Amino acid sequence: MDTPLIEFKNVTKRFGRRTILERVNLKIYEGEVTTIIGLSGGGKTVLLKHIIGLLKPDEGNILFRGKPLNGMSKREVDASLTQMSYMFQDNALFDSMTVYENIALPLRETTNLTKAEIDRRVMARIEQTELTDSARKFPSELSGGMQKRAALARALVIDPSIVLFDEPTSGQDPVRKNAILSMIAQYQRKFGFTAIVVSHEIPDVYFISNRILALYGHDIVFQGTPEELENFDHPFKDEVIHSLEGLQKELTGLHSKRQFKLQYHGQMKRRSLRETYCVAVFKLESLDAIIAGMGHESAQEAIQSMGVYIDKHFGAIGGFSTRRSINEFVTVLPYSELEEAEDMLEDFIKDFQEHGIREIWAGAREKAAPGTCVDFTILAGLAQGQPIAEIETIIASAESKQKEIGRLRCAAEE
Amino acid sequence: MELSAKSQSGTESKTAWRLVKLLLSPFTAAGRTAISWVNNSGAAAIFLVLALVKTFWHKQLSKIIQQIYYIGASSTTIIVLVGFFTGMVLGLQSYHALVKLGAQGAIGTLVALSLVRELGPVLTAIMITARAGSAITAEIGVQRISEQIDALDTMRIDPMRYLISPRIVAAIISFPLLTALFDLIGIIGGYVSAVVLLGANAGTYLHRVQASLEMKDLTDGFIKAVVFAVIVSTVCCYQGYFAHMRQDSHGAKAVGLSTTSAVVLSCVLILVTDYIVTSLLL
Repeated sequence: MDTPLIEFKNVTKRFGRRTILERVNLKIYEGEVTTIIGLSGGGKTVLLKHIIGLLKPDEGNILFRGKPLNGMSKREVDASLTQMSYMFQDNALFDSMTVYENIALPLRETTNLTKAEIDRRVMARIEQTELTDSARKFPSELSGGMQKRAALARALVIDPSIVLFDEPTSGQDPVRKNAILSMIAQYQRKFGFTAIVVSHEIPDVYFISNRILALYGHDIVFQGTPEELENFDHPFKDEVIHSLEGLQKELTGLHSKRQFKLQYHGQMKRRSLRETYCVAVFKLESLDAIIAGMGHESAQEAIQSMGVYIDKHFGAIGGFSTRRSINEFVTVLPYSELEEAEDMLEDFIKDFQEHGIREIWAGAREKAAPGTCVDFTILAGLAQGQPIAEIETIIASAESKQKEIGRLRCAAEE
Repeated sequence: MELSAKSQSGTESKTAWRLVKLLLSPFTAAGRTAISWVNNSGAAAIFLVLALVKTFWHKQLSKIIQQIYYIGASSTTIIVLVGFFTGMVLGLQSYHALVKLGAQGAIGTLVALSLVRELGPVLTAIMITARAGSAITAEIGVQRISEQIDALDTMRIDPMRYLISPRIVAAIISFPLLTALFDLIGIIGGYVSAVVLLGANAGTYLHRVQASLEMKDLTDGFIKAVVFAVIVSTVCCYQGYFAHMRQDSHGAKAVGLSTTSAVVLSCVLILVTDYIVTSLLL
C-alpha cells in the first residue's frame, strides 16, 4: 500500500493524570474519506487536534507523508500544516464578521493575494456552497445548516489538501445530518481533498466513508473499510456501534445493515436448503444531478421518502429492507419464489407509478427552492436465491437486472 | 492489648497531624496565592513582550487603527463627560476651601495641577477600563470559549498577532491622547464652576493655570498614561485570552468572572502603580 498521508506511531496524550490516548497507531491515506468513530469523551477530538497541530503528543510520533513531525524544521511543519483545514463542531465562525469576511479571513491574513483575487476566490466558494444570498449576513442570522456550509466554505477557501471535520452533523435532524454528510462526500469528490471526519452517525456515515477508525479505550482498535467493520469481532462493536445504532435514527427508519443481516440469518436458519427467497434492489438514479438541481436537503428528503415507501409496501407482506448505499435499498422477500416476487414487484411498480414517485417528489420539493426542476428515475432489479447462497451474490445478481420502474419529469411539478 | 495501644497512638498522631495542618493552612493558602501571583505576573509579562514583538508586521496597521477607534475615539464622549464634571467639582471644592483663606487666586493652580499630575491619567485609565477594557476581556473570552481562537490557530493566523498586539498598541496610543483631552476638558470644567458659576476672576484662573503648569507636569502625566495603558490592556487581554484556564469556573461563567477580575485588577493596579510611578517621578 502507498505511504500513509498521516500516521500515528505509539502516540500517547495525557491531561494531568488522565490518559486520553495511549500508544495509538493509525494510518490515514490520501484522497480518502476516513471516519473516526468512538464514544463521546473518548478522545476523538483530541486525536483530531493532534493531526492539525493544536496539541502535541506526550509520547510517540506523528508522521506526515512518512516524515516525523518532531524531526522536521519549523518551516517544514508549517508547510505541512498549511495544507490542512479544520471544521469545528460548533463551526467557530467569527460572530462579529459577515459570512463573506469569515470566508475571506484566511486569505487576507495568510496570503499576499490582491483584493480582487481574494474576492474572486471567496465568491466562488460562496456560490459552490449555495450561500450567495447570505454573503453579507452575520452567522447569527443563518440557520444551523447554513452555518455549517459557511464553516465548510471557510475551510475550503485556501484549497486545502486535507480537511478535518469534528462532528459536522451534531445537533442536526436526520435529513440535515445526511445532507451535511452528502455535502462532504460531494465536495471531497469535487475538490479531491483527504477528509478526516469524526462522527457518531452510525450507520449513515458508512455510506460516505472509505475507511473507518474505531477509537476505544484510549486506542485505535479497528482500521479498515465499513464492510470489514461488519465482520470485526470486538467488544467495541457491542459497546459502541450497537449502542450508537440504537441511539441514532437512520435517515430512512429502515434496519441498519447489522440488524438486516441478523434478521436475514434468523430467517434463513429456519428454512430448508431447497426453499427459495427473493431479493429486490432499488436505486434512485443520478443523485448528483438531484443534489445539483435541488440541493442536499432535497436529495436526502427524496432518499428518505423512497426508503419509507419501500418499507411500507414490502413490510406489509413480510419483507424487510435496508439501505445498501447512499441511494440504494435492498429488500428481502423471505417466503417468495421468483414468479410470486415478480407479481409483487409488478404491484409495487403500479402503486409506485401512481403514488410513490409523487411522494418522493413531494418530499424532495419541501426543501427545494421554488421553480427547481430535476428528473427522478427509479430502478429496480429482482433475483432469486437459496439459503445456502451468499446474500451478496444474490444482491449483485438483482443489481445486474435493474431496469427503470418509474420516472418523473419536471412536468409533474404542478 | 498491644494492638489497642498501637491503634491509640496512631489515632493520636493523626489528630496531631490534622492540628498541624489546620494551623499551617493560612500560610499554605498565602503561599499558594503568592506562587500563583508570581506565575501569573511572569506569564503576563511574557504575554506582553510577545504581543509587542508581533506589532511589527505589515498587516497590523489597519487593525491598530480599528482598535484606536474602538478604545480611543469611541471613549471620547465618556472622557469629556467625566473630565468636565471632575473639573467642575474641583473648581467648586477649591473655591469654597480657598475663599476661606482668601486665596481664590490659587484655584487655577489647584485645578490644573490636580488634573494633569493625578486625576487626568488615573480617572482616564479607570474610565477606559470600565468602557473598553471590560469589553476587550469579554470579547476575547467569548472567542476563546467558542473555539474562535483555536480556529485562528488552525488557519495559521497567530492569535497573539491578530487579536492581542493591535489592542495593546492601540491602548498605548489612545491613553495619553484621552488623558490630554481629560485634562483640557477638566480645566474648562473648573473654569465653568469657579469663574462662570461662582464668580472667581477669569483672568487670574487662566493665568494661574498657564503659570503653574510646567513641561515636567505634562510629561509625568503622559508617562503615567502610557504605564496605565500597558497595564490595563495587558490585564484585560490576558484575562480574556486565558478565560478557559480558570480553575473556578467554565464557559460563559468563566468569561463573566474573567471580565470582573480584569476590571478589578486593572483598577487596583492603576492606583498601586500610580503611587509607585509618582514616587519615582517626584
